[in-house]
Amino acid sequence: MTTIDSKIPQGPLAEKWTNYKAHQKLVNPANKRKLDIIVVGTGLAGASAAASLGEMGFNVLNFCIQDSPRRAHSIAAQGGINAAKNYQNDGDSVYRLYYDTIKGGDYRAREANVYRLAEVSNNIIDQCVAQGVPFAREYGGLLANRSFGGAQVSRTFYAKGQTGQQLLLGAYSALSKEIHNGSVKMYSRHEMLDVVIIDGRARGIIVRNLVTGEIERYFGHAVVIATGGYGNTYFLSTNAMGSNGSAAMQIYRKGAYFANPCYAQIHPTCIPVHGDIQSKLTLMSESLRNDGRIWVPKKKEDAEAIRAGKKKPTDIPDEDRDFYLERRYPAFGNLVPRDVASRAAKERCDAGFGVNETGLAVFLDFKYAIQRLGEDAVRARYGNLFQMYEKITNDNPYKTPMMIFPAIHYTMGGIWVDYELQTSIPGLFCLGEANFSDHGANRLGASALMQGLADGYFVIPYTIQNYLADQIQVPRIPTSAPEFEAAEKGVKERIAKIMSIQGKRTVDSIHKELGHIMWEYVGMARTKESLTTALQKLKEIKKEFWSNVYVPGKADDLNTELEKALRLADFIDIGYLMALDGLNREESCGGHFRSEYQTEEGEALRQDDKFSYVACWKYMGEDQDPELLKEPLDYEFTERKTRNYKN
Amino acid sequence: MDKTINIKVRVWRQRGPKEKGHFEEYDLKNISTNSSFLEMLDVLNEQLVNKHEEPIVFDHDCREGICGMCSLYINGHPHGKDTQVTTCQLHMRRFSDGETITIEPWRSAGFPVIRDLMVDRRAYDKIIQAGGYISVRTGAAQDANAIPIPKPDADEAMDAASCIGCGACAAACKNGSAMLFVAAKVSQLALLPQGRVEAAKRAKAMVAKMDELGFGNCTNTGACEAECPKGVSIANIARLNREFLKAKLKD
Repeated sequence: MTTIDSKIPQGPLAEKWTNYKAHQKLVNPANKRKLDIIVVGTGLAGASAAASLGEMGFNVLNFCIQDSPRRAHSIAAQGGINAAKNYQNDGDSVYRLYYDTIKGGDYRAREANVYRLAEVSNNIIDQCVAQGVPFAREYGGLLANRSFGGAQVSRTFYAKGQTGQQLLLGAYSALSKEIHNGSVKMYSRHEMLDVVIIDGRARGIIVRNLVTGEIERYFGHAVVIATGGYGNTYFLSTNAMGSNGSAAMQIYRKGAYFANPCYAQIHPTCIPVHGDIQSKLTLMSESLRNDGRIWVPKKKEDAEAIRAGKKKPTDIPDEDRDFYLERRYPAFGNLVPRDVASRAAKERCDAGFGVNETGLAVFLDFKYAIQRLGEDAVRARYGNLFQMYEKITNDNPYKTPMMIFPAIHYTMGGIWVDYELQTSIPGLFCLGEANFSDHGANRLGASALMQGLADGYFVIPYTIQNYLADQIQVPRIPTSAPEFEAAEKGVKERIAKIMSIQGKRTVDSIHKELGHIMWEYVGMARTKESLTTALQKLKEIKKEFWSNVYVPGKADDLNTELEKALRLADFIDIGYLMALDGLNREESCGGHFRSEYQTEEGEALRQDDKFSYVACWKYMGEDQDPELLKEPLDYEFTERKTRNYKN
Repeated sequence: MDKTINIKVRVWRQRGPKEKGHFEEYDLKNISTNSSFLEMLDVLNEQLVNKHEEPIVFDHDCREGICGMCSLYINGHPHGKDTQVTTCQLHMRRFSDGETITIEPWRSAGFPVIRDLMVDRRAYDKIIQAGGYISVRTGAAQDANAIPIPKPDADEAMDAASCIGCGACAAACKNGSAMLFVAAKVSQLALLPQGRVEAAKRAKAMVAKMDELGFGNCTNTGACEAECPKGVSIANIARLNREFLKAKLKD
């Protein structure tokens, strides 16, 4: 039986990272020049890692699928980034950020990782300000903060509703500086299609040039994957159209474990679905819950009248409005964590109180904030979000409440990594949303940006040296090596197979069907029965894809349908892993809600005695179910409680 | 029920940068007015693929107006006629039943066509690489609150920084100038104390790179500001000119 070594350093929680840094191995400057590092992805984690590693003197090759590294989907994060600065003097500390994060994740993350995340959070803010990130400020010139879900302090730094954009452009500027200095070579419009393993270590990647369709080979002494999450398995999500889980699946098939795939986050405040040609869902920032109040009508007849267009939300008097989050969770109110808010919205809609034509929406109302603060103050805080909402829906949120509904937003699960962010394949590292490490079963708002940048700026620059220190004698391996040859052959065969099917279904039509299966059976509330059905349906859809997809054009040419087809083939396999993992995890925790395991009040019920582990799935071949390995989660420093946001 | 419209689209099709392009016409029926412009193109592409034809190639990614990847010239306007939106946030309710919509790629010397509506915008990356950053190393930063920044300066820097690098400014400009793009970055960093140190060098290096890459000169027509999906102000160009002049006078 394989044992899993998470390589957590010894010592008290607060000293582990310091101890690690004091004792890790380093690579001297002359040797850094001799070492090549491949970084795949240019989001917050990828760009910050590539820039930092380049600055240190390594030779970095950085890849992205977009036309420019500035486009990665981190750019769309709206609300903010957490840090334990305690600039507000409201009692914040590294420990409290650690505690909120581990509790928010429903005690399914590693203590040591989360503590390190909280510890370096402050460095991130310093770094970004030094780069010229224009965070919001108070009149005295100091940095402003706001509150986010799952916390009782104001520790979120923000740049209007465009925090992700500004942080990514900060990392992009650092990356641009290193491209200028010659330490990073940038390959845009290039998509990774496989990792190359030589003598058990990651030594390169195979990529497809998306403009020419050519297959290319690249060598690296180490490979860093920072390619984001797999939310698009659901077809409709808040992810970008190009966001995909293919790099993760490629390395999974080469032996990297996939951890906790069933942990997907459903964000409570998205613009509801409007029709069957919809291509994606748009998030409305969680920061809106600072000042917006969520409600549905108290009376079913009012809800019905609104759905039929006979009443407007503004016709419902305050006493007939059910502010259900404030009612159920007095202590946190509208700022409960995302999983809790999403399930509460579903509960009200299922009970028949939903609004919108479909009955699948709730109101997020700014009337009260406008009365309290004035329209100008609300505009200053959320103006760009209100504008975005109005452009999409044609409704003016200053005059009528927004309508929102939960949607897939983020995946906490991902490639298993140890404390050093190294996967189960030596020399292969995984950062940001692509890994599984820090958010447990549910991520708190404003923590994704924190983790991406922590991994890229402040963790990987240390831990990768510990690996590379004994690689300095390894010469650059020519890409004519048989392992490169074999990997390229495999990629070309997969492409040729897809091109040769010439079936009747478009890629998108199969992807939409996959999305329906996932949302219906592996969605917000799952059961043994639904997950078993999902597994069956996913097998059928896999067969449908591999026998009936149609991809026009040629393989060795620009071919957007082929790009989508390759990604969809992986989404289908990810969906299967998600359902399998969800079926195995017979408990409710964070984003994973099994209807069989809930309290009388409908809250998630964990089974700590049975499921306090990381579920690591090991690939066993194309037509076999993967093997389940368990990394126990021993809570040494923190007492596990039932999450309570009521009082 | 959703309102629907029937439209005709004239789409620019071009196999490669060196090949001749042409307009192709397509009819589309029952397009929901609640769908976005790119969703309309999705429907068209789905129809083309079902007929075993190659789909229209266009850049797009986040579809929420922030990544800057979508880039269509619609009825003579970058990102269409609606104000302060990207193509992905333009909705079909802005068009009427029976309308013919002309869709072209960015047409600018700095952005060669790759295929159909997809263009190569790496020139903008190169301009940033020439100096659009603050030279600070990871880990070398002091406490974030060590230097207070007056709120109006921080807010103005944020407004400049909201540029998404889509290229609409150069596409809209009759001279094909990238001044608004360059000015937005120069302004953002010049307004902040952290960026002042390299302000002169930055302005010179970025303008030189812009010229080198074949972008035209600015003649203050204001088309860039009018078409910018993020409303970046041409006041930034005035600031860039000041920075540039100051830098040149010091030489």
